[in-house]
Amino acid sequence: MLSVRIQKQFRTVGTSSFQLQISAEFSSGFTVLFGPSGAGKSTLLDCIAGLAKPDEGWIKLGQEIFFDAEKQISLPPQKRGIGYVFQSLALFPHLSVEENVEYGLSGVAASERLERMDRTLTAFHIQDLRRRKPGELSGGEKQRVALARSVVTEPRLLLLDEPLTGLDGGLRQAILEDLRGWNVGHRIPILYVTHNREEVDAIGDHVVAIVDGHVRESGIPRTVLDAPRAVALAQAAGFENLLPGCVVEHRPADGVMRIALDSSKCELEIPLGSAQLGETVQVAIRAGDILLATQAPHGLSARNVLPGTVESLETRGSLVVARVNAGALFTVHVTLSAARTLQLSPGLAVWLVLKTHSCHLVSP
Amino acid sequence: MNVEALVLSLRLACTVSAILLVVSLPLAYWLAFTSWRGKFLLESVVALPLVLPPTVLGFYALIAMGPHGALGKLWQSLFGHPLAFTFTGLVLASLLYSLPFAVQPLVASFESLDRRLLDASSMLGASRTRAFFRIILPLAWPGVITALVLSFAHTLGEFGVVLMVGGNLAGITRTVSIDIYDRVQALDYKGAHQTALLLLLISFLVLSVVYGVNRRIWSPWPNR
Repeated sequence: MLSVRIQKQFRTVGTSSFQLQISAEFSSGFTVLFGPSGAGKSTLLDCIAGLAKPDEGWIKLGQEIFFDAEKQISLPPQKRGIGYVFQSLALFPHLSVEENVEYGLSGVAASERLERMDRTLTAFHIQDLRRRKPGELSGGEKQRVALARSVVTEPRLLLLDEPLTGLDGGLRQAILEDLRGWNVGHRIPILYVTHNREEVDAIGDHVVAIVDGHVRESGIPRTVLDAPRAVALAQAAGFENLLPGCVVEHRPADGVMRIALDSSKCELEIPLGSAQLGETVQVAIRAGDILLATQAPHGLSARNVLPGTVESLETRGSLVVARVNAGALFTVHVTLSAARTLQLSPGLAVWLVLKTHSCHLVSP
Repeated sequence: MNVEALVLSLRLACTVSAILLVVSLPLAYWLAFTSWRGKFLLESVVALPLVLPPTVLGFYALIAMGPHGALGKLWQSLFGHPLAFTFTGLVLASLLYSLPFAVQPLVASFESLDRRLLDASSMLGASRTRAFFRIILPLAWPGVITALVLSFAHTLGEFGVVLMVGGNLAGITRTVSIDIYDRVQALDYKGAHQTALLLLLISFLVLSVVYGVNRRIWSPWPNR
């Protein structure tokens, strides 16, 4: 169990200042650190690794103190026994795959070193790349080598900073499986930083959302990312529609409230939140959660039906991104075949259909 | 051609560049990696010989090494003979004179290293010494070659400092550049020509090696 309670103030640039203030516990297995770029995720990893020094607080792994500001303890990175895969991977370019992986085993007896090397290279399916230099490897192979290099030292904690960015889903899944397989025998905490929603889903376990240097939410991905409560998190989690508005009605008996969207007459019914009457809020809606109809729909359970006109259409692969003006501008995703069947074209009159629970109240 | 002067010059250049490499590696490492705010002071001191007229540097070196200078007195009491106008004195003055030519390429190549590689080395439990020999030095190799070659070439061709500190003693302090000067003074243009041409060729060869190994480090030319 890794416990962290730290604070770090960054020097102000102009009027902006940034403070990292994290208090969290990480048990064995995967924890995803999710948040927009610049939220402080990598800095948190650097603090845990000992490459950056917090101003206040402590960091403990089990009973061992890595850092304690009051007791003036700060273990050097070499002594922490942590495996850390950087975003840039930082493979030593002049050393072969074998030499890279062997680098952290200088204090280990030769026979055991060979045995561990073989075991790790095999576990990450890179045993055939031993003699290659990093420059001769593909992206996925490099990522496997970086993972192998950091786990071969048998760390007590693994920090992974977007180690699988740029890989396609299948390859990413395969490498994650290798890592999971390795951790079955080790049972250590693995902190996995990403700002990619797909990776969160692929790992699936516990997620901690970090926004502006603070833990905003934590839990399973569905509760944290499907109903974000912070604008920055909603943007990072892929909510295409973020609409400013004002609370005009509270209906506690029905568990809903009504929001009048800015610069338009249209209103949305959303689940009752903590916002006061008259308060300015933002509503987050996934583009894929909005239905399009070319005729006024009747007899629906959905509470929000807004008339509008198609402003533009853009095809992205098998997806069509429609921008619909219904007073406010909505982004809607429909499939290519749906767009064809509905004969969508700019200027067409349409109705937007939104379920109450697809609309999420977020605060800045 | 004065072979004695040429051999002396080569001996001086070899000695100086070898000592400079040993001295410059830790100095450059410190300059490249320290976060001390006052490091610009040391940087300025190291770079001084670049802008100072060699005669000024040589003058101060002579004063220090002379019978009344601190260094000269110390040397006299330790070894029983004066320091000025000796080969050793020449080496000491040349070390100062060529210091920036060894330090700057090394600092440049250390600073261009990806710091994350050093972080990675730390995370893998390696000491700073191990990181230096296994990561920093191999990756900064072009900088090391450049430092070695530039300090060699620079020492080979120096004139003002040698004249001030070493004088013109055949076989002891008469280097090739002094020899050329002597010949011109004696109107022996043919002899001066031969030696000058040889120095020109050596300088060209040396610079070809430097730019062949690495264009980016310490090059007055834009990057290719």
